[in-house]
Amino acid sequence: MKHFLSTAVVLACLTVLAGCSSKPPPAPPPPAADNTGSTSGVADANANVDDTDAAGPSGELLSKRIIYFDFDKAEIRADSQSVVAAHAQYLARNPSQKVRLEGHADERGSREYNIGLGERRGQAVRRALLLQGVAELQLSTVSYGEERPAAAGSDEQAYALNRRVEIVYVK
Amino acid sequence: MKKLASSLLVLAWVAAGPAFAQLKLTITSGVTDPIPIAVVPFARAVPADGGVDVAGIVQRDLESSGRFKGMARTDITALGLAPTRAADVEVAAWKQLRNDYVVVGRLTSVGTNLTVEADLVNVLNGQVLPLNKKWTVTPANLRNAAHRVADAVYERIIGQRGAFATRIAYVSVDGQPPRQRYQLIVADADGENPHVILERDRPLMSPAWSPDGSMLAYVSFETKTSAVYVQNVATTQRSRVSARAGINGAPTWSPDGKKLALTLGGSGGNLDIYLLDLATQQLSRLTDDPGIDTEASFSPDGASIYFTSDRSGSPQVYRVPVAARERPKRITFTGSYNARPRVSPDGKQLAVLTLDGGSYRIGLQDLANGTMSVLSKGSQDESPSFAPNGAMVILAGRERGRGVLQTVSIDGQTSARLNADAGEVREPVWGPFLP
Repeated sequence: MKHFLSTAVVLACLTVLAGCSSKPPPAPPPPAADNTGSTSGVADANANVDDTDAAGPSGELLSKRIIYFDFDKAEIRADSQSVVAAHAQYLARNPSQKVRLEGHADERGSREYNIGLGERRGQAVRRALLLQGVAELQLSTVSYGEERPAAAGSDEQAYALNRRVEIVYVK
Repeated sequence: MKKLASSLLVLAWVAAGPAFAQLKLTITSGVTDPIPIAVVPFARAVPADGGVDVAGIVQRDLESSGRFKGMARTDITALGLAPTRAADVEVAAWKQLRNDYVVVGRLTSVGTNLTVEADLVNVLNGQVLPLNKKWTVTPANLRNAAHRVADAVYERIIGQRGAFATRIAYVSVDGQPPRQRYQLIVADADGENPHVILERDRPLMSPAWSPDGSMLAYVSFETKTSAVYVQNVATTQRSRVSARAGINGAPTWSPDGKKLALTLGGSGGNLDIYLLDLATQQLSRLTDDPGIDTEASFSPDGASIYFTSDRSGSPQVYRVPVAARERPKRITFTGSYNARPRVSPDGKQLAVLTLDGGSYRIGLQDLANGTMSVLSKGSQDESPSFAPNGAMVILAGRERGRGVLQTVSIDGQTSARLNADAGEVREPVWGPFLP
C-alpha cells in the first residue's frame, strides 16, 4: 500500500509538472461538467483503482475470473467449463450476489465491430451461467472490445491474453 | 523518500513536453510533379501578430496536400526580394527560379484585431489571380486566417475547395494496460492548436462530428458501461444521450444534425442500429438481424445508411434506406473483411477497413462500379475519415507498436504522417468546413 501511495503522489506530481511545462501548450478549455462520476485532472490520477467492485469468493476455481477465447470465436473452451461451472454454483447459492461480465477482443479489425465480438463472448458466459441456475438479475454484461487490453503488444501471445471475459464481482 | 525524489527528477524531465499528445505533420510522399510555388514572408504587424509565421503556415498547408512544392525559405530570403503586394512581384525573377506561382501578403493591425490580405501571382503569364478576400481575426486566431489563405490559394489553383481551415478530433491514450488514460482532443487539421475536451481513466471511443462542427458525439465507459454522449466543443458542456442496458456505441450524425444513428445491444447483446431523435429522444430501429450490425454512416443526402454486418458470416458493408423498411443490400464483396464504412462527401465512394492479404488497410470502393482500391500501406490501419472536400482521408495506423495518424489523398499518391510526441493516437475524425 505504501508503495502504491508514493506512486500516486508521483503521478499527481507528474500531472502538475506537465502543466508547468516550459513550452506551454495552448490553454485547454475546462474539462466537461460531469454528473456521472470521475472528474478530470490531478484528483483523477489513480481513479483506475477500482474500489467499488467486490473481492468476490476465494477458492481454487472461484479465484479464476478470466475466461479465454479462441480467435474469432465466442464458444467457451473445454478448459474453462469447470471455472464457469464453479461461478454458476456460487452465484446460484448466493442469489443476492451480482457479477458484471466484461467481454474483450484482440486489437485486430475495427473497434466498434470488436465491441460486438467482446459482447458475443460476454453473452456466451452469461448464457452458460443462466443455464446453470443463475438468475438474470444477477448478471450484467459490458463489452470493451479492444479498448482495454490485458497485455500490450501486437503478437499472438498478447492477442490470446486479450480475447477474454472477466467475471467481476460487484459489491 | 530518496527513491521518490529521484523518481521525481526523472519525471520532471519526462514532463518537459506538453501534458498531452501534440501532433507533428511530416509529408511522406507527394505527387511526382508538384506545382512549384513561392510563399514570401508576409508583412508583419508587430507586435500584435505574436511572431506567427503566416507564410510558413500557408506553405506547409499547401505542401501537405502533396500538390505543391514550396520554395525553401532560406532561398527566398537569400534573394533579397521581399514583395508584399502583387504589384511589387518581379515576375521574371521568380519565373527564373522555376516557380509557377508566388503568394505575397500583409498583416495590418485594426484596433485589437489583425487583418490578413494576400495576393496570388501566376509568374508564368504575369497574371494576378485575385483571392477576393481579406480575413480579420483576433491575434489568437491568426493561424486560422493563415489556413484560410491557404484554402483560397488551393482553390484558385486546383479548382477545389481547400480543407486546411478545418479541425480534426482524435483519441489519445497514455500509459500501459490496464492503467491507461484516455483523452478526446480537438486540433487544427495540421495537428496544431490541440485542446483536450475530455479526459477519463476508462476508454473513450468513436468520436463523431456534428455536421456544423460545433459538437462531438462519442462513447465513454466512465460509468463502467458504455454510454453515448454529445459534447459542445467550444463550451465543453455535454449530455448523455444514450445509456441503455448493454452496448451503446458507434454514434454518427444525420446530415441535418437532428438525429444520431447508433448501435444498441440491449441486455440480450444483439447489436442493431437505431435512430435517435436528439430533440424528442424518440428511438426507431433501422436494422434487425441476429448478427452484429454496427458502424453506421449516412449517405450525404441522409436517405440511407451504410453499416457493418456479419450476417453473412464475416463483416461486410450493407446499405439500407432510412425511411422505408427494406432488406439491407450488401455493398462490399472484395475480400473476407470489410468494416467501418464512411461515405465520401460527394456520395460516390466508400472508405472501409479492409483485410488485404493479411493486413488491415483502408480501401476505397467506387459505389457506381463496385471496384475497390487499397489506399494505405500499413498492416493495422483503421478508422478512415474523409476531409470535407473529399480530397484526403485521415486514418489511424501503427508504427513500431504505437498508434499514429496519417492522411492519404484519395488517389493514394500523397501521404503525410501526424506523429504524436507521446502516447498513442487513434480514431481521427475530420470535421466539416467551418463558416
